[in-house]
Amino acid sequence: MYLTRWPSSTRHIVKATAVAIGLLMLLGLLGATGRDAMSDWYRTHALVLRQSLISGLLIGGVYSLAALGLTLIFGVLGILNFAHGTLMVLGMYLAYLLFAHLHIDPYLSLVLTIPALLLVGAVIQLVVINRIMTAPAHNQLVLTLGLALLLENLFLAAFGAEPRAIRSSYTSANLFVGDTLISLPRVYAFVIALLLGGLIYIVLTRTDFGKAIRAVAQDREGAALVGIDVASVQMMTFGLGAAAAGAAGTVIMPFFTVTPTTGATFNITAFVVVVLGGMGNVPGAMLGGILIGLVEALSAAFLPGSAKQLGVFVVFILILLFRPSGLLGKGRNA
Amino acid sequence: MRRVAFPAPRAQQQQQTPLFTNAKLRLAAVIIVACSILLALPVVLSGFLLDIAILILFWSYLGSAWNILGGYTGQFSFGHAAFYGIGAYTSTWLLVRHGVNPWLGMVAGGILAALFGLGMGFVSWRYGLRGPYFALVTFAFAEVLRLFANNWEVINGSLGLQIPLIRGNSWLAFQFEADKRPYYYIILVLLLFATLLTYVLFKTRAGFYMRAIREDEDAAAALGVNTMRYKLLAMAISAFLTALGGTFYAQYLFFIDPGIVFGSHVSIEILIRPLVGGVGTVLGPLVGGLLLTPLSELTRTLVRNPPAFIPFAHLLQGRAGLDGILFGLLLVIVILFIPEGIIGSVRKRLDRHHGGHNRADREL
Repeated sequence: MYLTRWPSSTRHIVKATAVAIGLLMLLGLLGATGRDAMSDWYRTHALVLRQSLISGLLIGGVYSLAALGLTLIFGVLGILNFAHGTLMVLGMYLAYLLFAHLHIDPYLSLVLTIPALLLVGAVIQLVVINRIMTAPAHNQLVLTLGLALLLENLFLAAFGAEPRAIRSSYTSANLFVGDTLISLPRVYAFVIALLLGGLIYIVLTRTDFGKAIRAVAQDREGAALVGIDVASVQMMTFGLGAAAAGAAGTVIMPFFTVTPTTGATFNITAFVVVVLGGMGNVPGAMLGGILIGLVEALSAAFLPGSAKQLGVFVVFILILLFRPSGLLGKGRNA
Repeated sequence: MRRVAFPAPRAQQQQQTPLFTNAKLRLAAVIIVACSILLALPVVLSGFLLDIAILILFWSYLGSAWNILGGYTGQFSFGHAAFYGIGAYTSTWLLVRHGVNPWLGMVAGGILAALFGLGMGFVSWRYGLRGPYFALVTFAFAEVLRLFANNWEVINGSLGLQIPLIRGNSWLAFQFEADKRPYYYIILVLLLFATLLTYVLFKTRAGFYMRAIREDEDAAAALGVNTMRYKLLAMAISAFLTALGGTFYAQYLFFIDPGIVFGSHVSIEILIRPLVGGVGTVLGPLVGGLLLTPLSELTRTLVRNPPAFIPFAHLLQGRAGLDGILFGLLLVIVILFIPEGIIGSVRKRLDRHHGGHNRADREL
């Protein structure tokens, strides 16, 4: 498994995005001047469309970071980590505690939550995951599920079911671009998430440690043969993945409320992103996160009721069926 | 030309197996005793204990249904809530909106769930989904159904459906408000049926094919097993049985909503018992159900009103999440220490002692 290989179709994706943006701009021009039904629809929905594209893009960056952790774990350890969303919630509660008791700004608290989650992840891998590395896939799945259940209910016992939130000075700070409203904390979250994602990417591609991780992902035995300590690489990778999830949880805390079960939703989203980007593909997860953010925001704006997730799930099933190696992957049996 | 004398085909050596071996006799005795205990149990049970007994049988039954697909055929379904919900919603909707008898609704729900399962299975397997991918897709299908039910006005959306109550017991209406014992017998019959079916399946050609698919699908296909057909057969049976359980649940609690019957926690509850008891064994779901159901019910009760005689128990009062913590821990411990489940590890130990001769025991 090549962790950091860019999806073979990246060029096409970039082209398609450029074409899509061009079409949208054209549509905007036509919509502003045209008289037909299509233009009418566009005029009435233009603001909603722009608004949801922006918010989808911004939250998509956070999904990218969370999914990056998940895909890293799958790529290196071959484990579907169903506790990933719960680790993200752990990051959220940590940020909440640090803010509520020590008045540490959530963005600043990243300095504490990232090492904390790194440690938690490494310990979980060392104590539990390490023992099931060769177990059948469904046993691995159930084990992480048990971990998720355990953590989720620990949160419930510790914090209760009521939602917790951080309300800081910039929680409701907004920026207007034209008539489109952009929430500032979401911008911060997006930027930090992308920076951290980029950092992990650089670590993977430019450092010896990253090279070791990629070697283990490609061929476990081969890596051991050339003297890489596979067990410790796996432990660190799980820690890194958990830290990515925790960081994603921390940065959304200023505009998000957390309950013990918040993790389930994020978990599913992260899985969809990972499958979309190709399981075990880091750049794929980054691109997939943005894409799923957009799909979610658009279906929230234009589908009725609680059908927001429905759009995501339909995408999920279609991807699983027709391109299980990922939308950006090489095709069916890659 | 020289004639080559072919040796005449030797008469097939008939293996003489006595009608009743010792092991078989012992097994029959155990089954008879167990069945009579199960039949007589409601006479002495009442109230809370009867409820627990019903729930034990109920979850064991659902576990057995899951086991046919997830255990025997090795297709790890993570979305049995889909079938369960279809069963519950079909019968309840037919009853509430059209006055259809719930027994008929039960069968209708079963058929509908089997059809849904066939569709889902065909699409998934047609596109070659296996292992974790199959688990993910079944999970996604169940979630889609939940979201769909949440938004569908015809079945009352997220508000759910309430079954109109009648007073007293009625076999025709599938309601036993005055005395819950009939529920016990209904679910007992369902459980025995499912267990017997699993056992019979174990002996038939179809059952062998299913296990062959579990062990090595490519090898099975190479040997000429129509893997798609037997996976679909397992799916249909499993979905049908699970849906019957859904109807039973609706008729037992009289209220359903999309979260209750389609939620992912249902899928987890269904598969955790066979997993703890032993995946792919006849008795696994029963053993798992017997252990886990009282455990989870007791923790729930303990949290709701802690008994005074346990010191510090009042600290537990209203502490939600304790039962979940216990369940999570148990899952982790089982996977770490007895990954083959209780029956699986017992069988392993027996095999070591008897050198694998104890065949009748092994078949369970």
